[in-house]
Amino acid sequence: MQAFLDIFDIYLLEAVVNGILLGGVLALLALGLNLIFGVIDVTWICYAELVMIGMYGMYYMVQVFGLPYWAAAPIAILLVAALGAALHYIVIAPLLTAPPINQLLATGGVLFILQSFATVAFGIDFRNLGIRLPVLAIGEMHLSYSRLLSFAAALIGMVTVYLFMTRTYTGTAIRAISQDRQIMSLMGVDTKRIYLITSALGGALAGLAACLLVLQYDVHPFVGLSFGPITFLICVLGGLGNFVGGFIAAFVFAEIISLGGLFSDLEWGYVLAFAFFIVMMFIRPAGLFARRS
Amino acid sequence: MNSRNAAWATGLAALIALPFVYREPYHLHLLVLILIWSFAYTSWSIMGRFGLVSLGHGGFMGVGAYVTALLWNHLGVSPWIGIPLSMVAAGALALVVAYPCFRFRITGHYFVLVTLALSGIVLQVITATRDYTGGSLGYTPNRTKGSQLLALQFDDKVTWYLIALFVWVMGLLIWRWVDRSMSRYAMEAISEDEDAAAAAGVNVTAEKLKITLISALMTALAGALYCQYQMFISPDTVSGIAVSLQMVFAVIVGGLYVSLGPTVGAIITILLAEILRIGFGTKAVGWDNLVYGVLLVVFIIFLPKGILGSILDRFKTQPKPSGTP
Repeated sequence: MQAFLDIFDIYLLEAVVNGILLGGVLALLALGLNLIFGVIDVTWICYAELVMIGMYGMYYMVQVFGLPYWAAAPIAILLVAALGAALHYIVIAPLLTAPPINQLLATGGVLFILQSFATVAFGIDFRNLGIRLPVLAIGEMHLSYSRLLSFAAALIGMVTVYLFMTRTYTGTAIRAISQDRQIMSLMGVDTKRIYLITSALGGALAGLAACLLVLQYDVHPFVGLSFGPITFLICVLGGLGNFVGGFIAAFVFAEIISLGGLFSDLEWGYVLAFAFFIVMMFIRPAGLFARRS
Repeated sequence: MNSRNAAWATGLAALIALPFVYREPYHLHLLVLILIWSFAYTSWSIMGRFGLVSLGHGGFMGVGAYVTALLWNHLGVSPWIGIPLSMVAAGALALVVAYPCFRFRITGHYFVLVTLALSGIVLQVITATRDYTGGSLGYTPNRTKGSQLLALQFDDKVTWYLIALFVWVMGLLIWRWVDRSMSRYAMEAISEDEDAAAAAGVNVTAEKLKITLISALMTALAGALYCQYQMFISPDTVSGIAVSLQMVFAVIVGGLYVSLGPTVGAIITILLAEILRIGFGTKAVGWDNLVYGVLLVVFIIFLPKGILGSILDRFKTQPKPSGTP
């Protein structure tokens, strides 16, 4: 947590730029969560914990088994994608007809499982990759390469998902299901298969986020709590299931945290972000960019 | 009905008499914890049973515990005044968040996530104001010498047991009162269909606010009691998302729709944690939550009514054994 909090430096512009860079990764997380919500109509409370598992995967592959970073990253992404598919298959699929709240609470149970599994299996020590990327100095600003890299990779990830969703048959089917859940099975789309693919895709996005976050932050079993709640707030603020809204809300939140942390402790940045969220909920209950029905 | 009341009365008398017959400190300690948490879980279930799933109760509990302790340490206000004040604070917080929520029809996922933000805020504020609250290291109310009624600090477990028992019974009575009031029908109608309920003349916002307020006040009281009993609070044990989820978990396991469900949930979770702690020692760190998590998922999939709820259901659906050999 502290490592997550100590990042912000003294300059305003630097804070703004850092906010944008942080926003990239948050937008990636929000995209994964929105995808799952939009298509399957389920909120994965444990989404950030999938990221945590991915971060541990990276740590073990790079630090313990000595794989280079670029080789470990695809494996970590696949691992978390498989985890996402398994989560859907084991927990969500039996609950598809249950009240939505039950699905949400079941993933809350998975949050407990993953957190305590990490505690039991990996211990509560803070671990990091031990990769130190250089810092880029532009005039007075100091930007770390790891953040620039994360931002770039997050953007590439999002563009890839966009292309997948618009250019392939499966992607089109996913978008169609998010518009009308009942009718698509009549159109000859195998909903079960699409749900599984979507969950794996959501997991893969979490895995990508894990590969990027592990460059900047130490991993420990509770690391999910430091960015999980913020991800939910971003998705709700942008409108659950609304990809563009989530994207913009991620940057709004990242700036609030970054600038709030600049003027005071970073916790106050978070408090500010939370308070902003609650106020916004009252002004735009269905999200910033809700389509008026 | 009479035999049922008699059973309740006998059970209660036995519970009151218990510490005078049997006073092994560790077991009494467990009982006090079970009673306090049962009360907290009961207060969550008052809302939760009507589909108002709140993950903000960790926040109310944190307000209850920290306001009481801070008033005592910094201003010397006795918990007898501090606890009501902390309840008022939690109630005000609940109203500030819940009124717009209900007014603007924030329900389902959105309500859960807004309340999640609430417990997030309380946790962060407690951590951020570390100069006063001790931050994540935790906080201890100033000790008085020995037991003192004014400071609500008692050395012997029996007094605490009786206090916790009293509060727990109050919680059950409130549950029953809600269960038998018109509010229950109103709330059930609302949880089925808000528009239809409103059309039938139910004041949706007011009914929901009433239930939320009751629930928040009770949760704050539970937090304050926990603080006075344990004499140590930290943001992680009384506030935040983990505590909120723990409440949900215990209630679901015990049974959401029956009055003793949350109590059964508290018994199971606390005993489970203690057994694992004694059985595995420090190696058990994490194991209890692992078991909780698995149980929570299994229960939601296979036994959504909880243990007690399912048992009671079985009794109800079984035909009366009349004339069977």
